[in-house]
Amino acid sequence: MAAVPGHVTTPGRMGGPGQLVAPTFKTERLSVVYLTEQGPLRAVRGVSLSVAAGETMGVVGESGSGKTTLALGAIGYLPANGRVESGTSRLAGVDLAGRPRRELRHVWGSKVGLVSQNPQAALNPTLTIGRQMDEMGRRHLSLGRRAAREASLAMLERVAMPDPQAVASRYPHQLSGGMLQRCALAMALLTHPAVLILDEPTTGLDVTSQATILDLLDDLKAQFHTAILYITHNLGVVARVCDRIAVMYAGEISEEATAPDLFAQPLHPYTANLLRCVPRLGGQGTQERLATIPGSLPQMGDLPSGCVFAPRCPLAVEDCRAARPPLVEANAGRKTACLRWQILRSEEGRQTALQLDLRAAAPLTLSAVPRAPAGPPRVRDGSSSPPGTLVAMPQDLLTVEDAAKECPGPRPRSTVKAVDGTTLSVGAQQTFGLVGESGSGKTTLARIVAGLTRPTRGHVHLEGTPLGPSVSGRDPSVLRRLQMVFQSPETSLNPRQTAGQAVMRPLVLLAGLERREAGQRARELLEAVRLPASYFDRYPGELSGGEKQRVAIARAFAAGPDLVICDEPVSSLDVSVQGALMNLIGDLQDGAGTSYLFISHDLAAVQHLSHFIGVMYLGALMEMGDAARVLASPYHPYTEALLSAVPVPDPTSRDHRMRLRGSPPSSAETPSGCRFHPRCPRFQGDLCRDQAPPWRLSDGGVIARDAATPATADAAAAAAEHAICCHIPLHDLAALQEAGRR
Amino acid sequence: MTGFILRRLGFVILTVLLSSVLVFGATHVLPGDVATMILGREASEQAKDSLRQELGLDRSLVVQYGSWLSDLARGDWGTSLSTGEDVRGVTLERLSNSAMLALVAFFMYVPLGIFLGVIAAWRRNSYIDQVISAGSLAFVGLPEFVTAVLLIAVFSRALHWFPSSSAIAPGTGFFSALPSLILPGLTVSLTSLAYVVRMTRAGTAEVLETDYVRTARLKGLSAGNVLFRHVLRNSLLPTVTVIAAGVGWLIGGLIVTESVFGYPGLGRLVLFAVQRRDLPLIQATTMVIVTIFALANLAADIMYALLNPRIRYR
Repeated sequence: MAAVPGHVTTPGRMGGPGQLVAPTFKTERLSVVYLTEQGPLRAVRGVSLSVAAGETMGVVGESGSGKTTLALGAIGYLPANGRVESGTSRLAGVDLAGRPRRELRHVWGSKVGLVSQNPQAALNPTLTIGRQMDEMGRRHLSLGRRAAREASLAMLERVAMPDPQAVASRYPHQLSGGMLQRCALAMALLTHPAVLILDEPTTGLDVTSQATILDLLDDLKAQFHTAILYITHNLGVVARVCDRIAVMYAGEISEEATAPDLFAQPLHPYTANLLRCVPRLGGQGTQERLATIPGSLPQMGDLPSGCVFAPRCPLAVEDCRAARPPLVEANAGRKTACLRWQILRSEEGRQTALQLDLRAAAPLTLSAVPRAPAGPPRVRDGSSSPPGTLVAMPQDLLTVEDAAKECPGPRPRSTVKAVDGTTLSVGAQQTFGLVGESGSGKTTLARIVAGLTRPTRGHVHLEGTPLGPSVSGRDPSVLRRLQMVFQSPETSLNPRQTAGQAVMRPLVLLAGLERREAGQRARELLEAVRLPASYFDRYPGELSGGEKQRVAIARAFAAGPDLVICDEPVSSLDVSVQGALMNLIGDLQDGAGTSYLFISHDLAAVQHLSHFIGVMYLGALMEMGDAARVLASPYHPYTEALLSAVPVPDPTSRDHRMRLRGSPPSSAETPSGCRFHPRCPRFQGDLCRDQAPPWRLSDGGVIARDAATPATADAAAAAAEHAICCHIPLHDLAALQEAGRR
Repeated sequence: MTGFILRRLGFVILTVLLSSVLVFGATHVLPGDVATMILGREASEQAKDSLRQELGLDRSLVVQYGSWLSDLARGDWGTSLSTGEDVRGVTLERLSNSAMLALVAFFMYVPLGIFLGVIAAWRRNSYIDQVISAGSLAFVGLPEFVTAVLLIAVFSRALHWFPSSSAIAPGTGFFSALPSLILPGLTVSLTSLAYVVRMTRAGTAEVLETDYVRTARLKGLSAGNVLFRHVLRNSLLPTVTVIAAGVGWLIGGLIVTESVFGYPGLGRLVLFAVQRRDLPLIQATTMVIVTIFALANLAADIMYALLNPRIRYR
């Protein structure tokens, strides 16, 4: 994006590793305390950070690490029970900490901008985007009504917003998350603030929207020369956008380094372990255990006297537990709060620092509840496969045939095709990963399978037996065999039921156990999901997010299901917890022989667990097949875009950028021809626009002109391996993709 | 928006029609025979029969209902059985009196309630918040006649500011009636203040915790701007609905207050009609009150839609 003519941007010197430039924003030994009923909670303790103009400083940490409190405390915005206990926070020399709000109002908005996590919640639903933006110009730039609107429109243009006029007159609910976040960015930048705080700005967005926002940030950084404090839990994102990174743990900075240094050689055992927890695309391949960090964050009210990480640290020695280690300068420009950081410089040392829980855990036995015998092994020759199905074979555990769901659209008499004729199958003891952006229909499809949404068309079969369209009409034995784990454990567990009761219910209702027996079994299940027995009597309110999701998983497994539908089961959790849960999900499959329909927008997570992958766009599959083959070239252009949008946790990687045009899909109007054509980076012209693309197989074969009805049994067999729904022949796609990478 | 209003208006008509069935049915299961009531116990069966024929009471209920409804719609509301007056004239006269009282009460407690509710929310859990909540609740607990007597004792007997009786003559204009309206208005206000305060406080406190209010504050907007542009628009949504729907009660439901002050409003007319078993009067007043309630709810829906862009055109 080019700068708007007439606007002068000073390129300036970058505040690089050596800190040649005086920092714009600097906190010194900043401590923030919350006064609570349980006594004072010191959420941030003695944090010193500095950000220079034009520099992006990343603050990474898991939830509860105090990163948001740090940022808000540093700009003097704390809730009523929050206080800056000690320390300073200087913006261009002026201390903001502990100043009265009356004075800070001249700083907020004009010198400090903030963009927060969920733009849908962070913008006022009853005011148009334009009015909300205009307030900035009117308040801080003393602009009149018209001049303020002009400034807003100009800024929307600078954040590459198509049709700023129209956007300004919209209400927040009329725009997508990615668009809204761009508006929020434009609003924050309107006054050219000296400091911009970005608090998880892309966390709620799809990978594709995230990628465009991160690209935009790159451009804006160069233009605005602002000091950026970027708060996130996502290591891929910090690697992508930050110059320097501070890692926060339990309210303290454990390590600070330039991005390349931090990823190349972490000098704190927490960082080293955290980096290993991240599932990486293409890395280890599928079905490998993820690293986790045993233990959990210390309670803020009950901190260890020594190093806060010592209780979880394999390197910890007596000295570590005796006194809090200071943040010391290790090399030029990098600091660590570890006494034994020297050890981490050698490869052997690093290995000892990494937790050794990669060994497979004790096998999980879930045999007490009688299970239906496993179906016959999956037959790939497909000779018995009826024509008209893509990969559906009667031997499969679950088959979904031509499922469709239409809902009333936003306008009268319009319909939204949430799912538009999808056919797939899940084999026994297999995991089928379903990926797509939000709005692709993957959750609707899961709900159709679970019987929570009645399809307008199509069938679901479990081992060849058709299932009723609605869960209330299904036989209890079917309910037992098919269970679901939802995205948010916060809302899927009854707050008035203890963990034990939640797990007991399916045992009593579906497996027909006596209460006493069920209680016993529920304890075993909680143990199987690695929760201590004492959790039996705890209410969801007393559990962390990860623990709640473990209870939800135990509940799903209670009645011995054959298929568990997992709808984004880990996406609301922290990285280190995600790894542990994904391992658990994998272990349960090995132990109990369960199949999964695993739904996620996170390709790395899907890749990690899945045998098969289906990529969904606007209600239909675009590519499907064996996991390894879907994730290797040739891919469908949509898969390619999804893959290239995932930020890689490695600042040195030269990412191959392929971005989608236009806004994320709204299924209100399914495009003609190939439904992906309006956004396709490999758009070929009229053919794509006018005709539905065929399913193409790796061997060069084509199964059908019409995606919904593939032809023969042989084709179905080949399609089970890998098939792409595209007009471009696969070898041409492969060539295009090879060229793109060079 | 037009479609939305038309659809809602359809609902209003449906509500009124359904209520008319109920009103008609209920008045026909009331104990007592109309003919006996008019002619007295001593009248001959023959005289009663001929009166029933005259009044159409010998026809089937469905036919009676149909003719009653069409008369009602055409403006022929019948003659009062107890006073012999034209029902329509009496009812509309009382309706206008009630509307005057409602207007006075409305402009007393709605602004005050919203103001106190917003203050309580802005300074929530403070001393002021507790005083406001406890104070407004205290009056809700008091029955209307107690409040009314207290007010009369203070403002009429002791201070001689306002008359203790509000029995205004028919045809009195708003401004000449105003002194008589203050005390009944205040009584109603004190008993309903707490609802508005609580709704406003709850709504505002919730909105003050939202991310978009944090955004507004971190834009450096003044407290007033944050409150008026960002908070109130959202926080008053539920309150507006409750208040608008409450207007129906203000006009048709003030039976106790009107009685204590001797105010000639619709509520007292209903009471009078029921005591006298004055069928045409009961039917007409109840239908008027039902219609007012339905229209008040329609107003609430429309205001909600106007304030909330998310449900417009739906």
